[in-house]
Amino acid sequence: MSTGKKTSYGQALRDGIAYLLKTYPEVFTIGQGLWSPWYVGNSMTDLDKEFGKERVIDTPVAELACTGVAVGAAISGKRPVIIHPRVDFALLAVDQIVNQAAKWCHMLGGQVSVPVTIRAIINRGGEQGAQHSQSLHSWFAHIPGLRMVMPATARDARDLLIASVLCDDPVMFIDDRWLYEQEEILPSPKEINLSKEGPEIRRSGKDITLVSCGYPLQQCLQAAQFMAERGIEAEVIDLRVLNPLKREPIVDSVRKTGRLLAVDGDWATCGMAAEVITSAVEGVEPGIWEKAPARITLPDAPAPTSKPLEQAYYFQVEDIVRKAAELVDGNK
Amino acid sequence: MATKKPSPGELGDLSLPNKHRDPICLTGFRKTKAVDWLKSLVLIRAAEEKIGEEFGKAVIKCPCHLVIGQEAPAVGLADHIRKGDRVFGAHRSHAHYLALGGDLHQLMAEVLGKETGCSKGMGGSMHLYQPQAGFHGSVPIVGSTIPIAVGAALSIQMDGTKNVAVSFLGDGATEEGVFHESLNFAANFRLPVVFIVENNLFSSHLHIDLRQPYNSTCRFAEANGIPWQRVDGNDVAAVSSACLAAIRQARSGKGPQFIEMVTYRWRGHVGHREDVDVGVKRKDDLNLWKKRDPIARLAKGMEKRKWLKTGELHRWKTEAEAAVHKAWDQASRDPYPKPEALLGRVYFQGENR
Repeated sequence: MSTGKKTSYGQALRDGIAYLLKTYPEVFTIGQGLWSPWYVGNSMTDLDKEFGKERVIDTPVAELACTGVAVGAAISGKRPVIIHPRVDFALLAVDQIVNQAAKWCHMLGGQVSVPVTIRAIINRGGEQGAQHSQSLHSWFAHIPGLRMVMPATARDARDLLIASVLCDDPVMFIDDRWLYEQEEILPSPKEINLSKEGPEIRRSGKDITLVSCGYPLQQCLQAAQFMAERGIEAEVIDLRVLNPLKREPIVDSVRKTGRLLAVDGDWATCGMAAEVITSAVEGVEPGIWEKAPARITLPDAPAPTSKPLEQAYYFQVEDIVRKAAELVDGNK
Repeated sequence: MATKKPSPGELGDLSLPNKHRDPICLTGFRKTKAVDWLKSLVLIRAAEEKIGEEFGKAVIKCPCHLVIGQEAPAVGLADHIRKGDRVFGAHRSHAHYLALGGDLHQLMAEVLGKETGCSKGMGGSMHLYQPQAGFHGSVPIVGSTIPIAVGAALSIQMDGTKNVAVSFLGDGATEEGVFHESLNFAANFRLPVVFIVENNLFSSHLHIDLRQPYNSTCRFAEANGIPWQRVDGNDVAAVSSACLAAIRQARSGKGPQFIEMVTYRWRGHVGHREDVDVGVKRKDDLNLWKKRDPIARLAKGMEKRKWLKTGELHRWKTEAEAAVHKAWDQASRDPYPKPEALLGRVYFQGENR
């Protein structure tokens, strides 16, 4: 039921977890800092008080074991959400995510499901530097058996989180602190089947296709609005589920626009932008292309701390507009 | 029966190959129990001998880590496992699977990569799964099933049942960081999990003396406030007694338990050969350790009590070999997984569910 009141992305994440804890006794959350307002923003506020510290478990400093515990509980009838307040620290748990959670179904003959959600938060900016800024969604999207989800809107933050936890497969769910203030009016929570979810067109247009996910998707929408005021109609596609990737919406859009700009808040090499472009190149006939596809990504360097370097590191809406305009204005 | 505790860091004479060769003391056990143990030990060895033979002929290609010589920990534990308990293994897990009652034919089919295998031919020797027997998975990444067993124990604690989780690991796994994280976690939350370290003195080719400053892993339990026992891992009666005590404690809410079982593997780290991973004094030690054979020592203990008739052990060995050959022949004729299995098993949840 819509009340006309806006909900922020951070609050929507909390609403999603609260819905799950209330509705499904087999759901629990575990991770460092879950009882602290400091680690996870407003995305877990007072859930321990509402649902008990047995289901909102704050943990020792042991990312690998805690993730393994979540995997072990997941194959034992539970639906845990293991939360890593920074993606960077989830790298300590990669054996459990990549070697275990993503593999057990396949290597045990499809007899076991691992319904664990690994929620990791991008928490960058503010001169935090190389080990407090990474996103790494491309890296995780590379792994067969691991569903990779990245919400760009408050509604997806809530409903894709619910879908991830209710999915029988392991899901890497990466949300972004830069989106936590993003607001929209939300209907009641809806249970959806994650395996049916895929890219969505957030804005229709005929001149160029912008494909993105997470925070840069919002930048793309701003860029599209700016361009629309100048007569360029950009179509904006939100990937939402990066793996397994449903490629048809990208292909269909580029068939219509003939131009593609992939915008990704991760590195270029072997990154999500490269996957988007490849999907389009493989699927769209050569004669349809008005211009060679292009991408905007982070530079292939660790995140710096120094202010001017950090400003140069993260692309802005203007960068997207400039690149898109080049593709639209330039000759074939 | 647990030995004295001289120190949580020193194995004492349990690590010496020329000690502990006596017939096993069966005081307090029934004959039927000893017969069950002996049959189980003999079956596991026969299965492993066959797998080793076929591996040697390259009929089996997947890496097989044979358990020959160290069958007793699995057999002594299996007595105490109830419905709902969850046992996890590592790379050397054929014994645990079989001791718990895992299907012999399905094991043979699995090492051959057949659709009828316990993991549908998708896992091979290192990825065994038979939940109906209480065996919930084994993997070869050293230490990886330790936190998974702790997670199973957390689930059990949340459900409020009297079940336990069991984590089998080797001495090498105690060098992994996740082992220490897992012990701390389990102790902190008082979880019903039993850690069983099969200390066979070797991790792959390297002796524990070249890897750790002390040769007993019980010191890690001590450091985490976890009650520990150390037993002769080639004495199935001692193993069974230790498991009984530990599991009873874990079932009654006393938190995690730890048992170190000192044993020795006769074959190389991987494959059928004895001489693959020759370490310092390995050959001399191996000949001595073969006299600490868990099967021969149990048989001698039974003979002392006149629980074993002449020719009976030989007959059971023959029967075990026949069962193994029958399972092997069947598995050899079984089909491989269909091509659809390659992509069809990546995700559990399809679009239609």
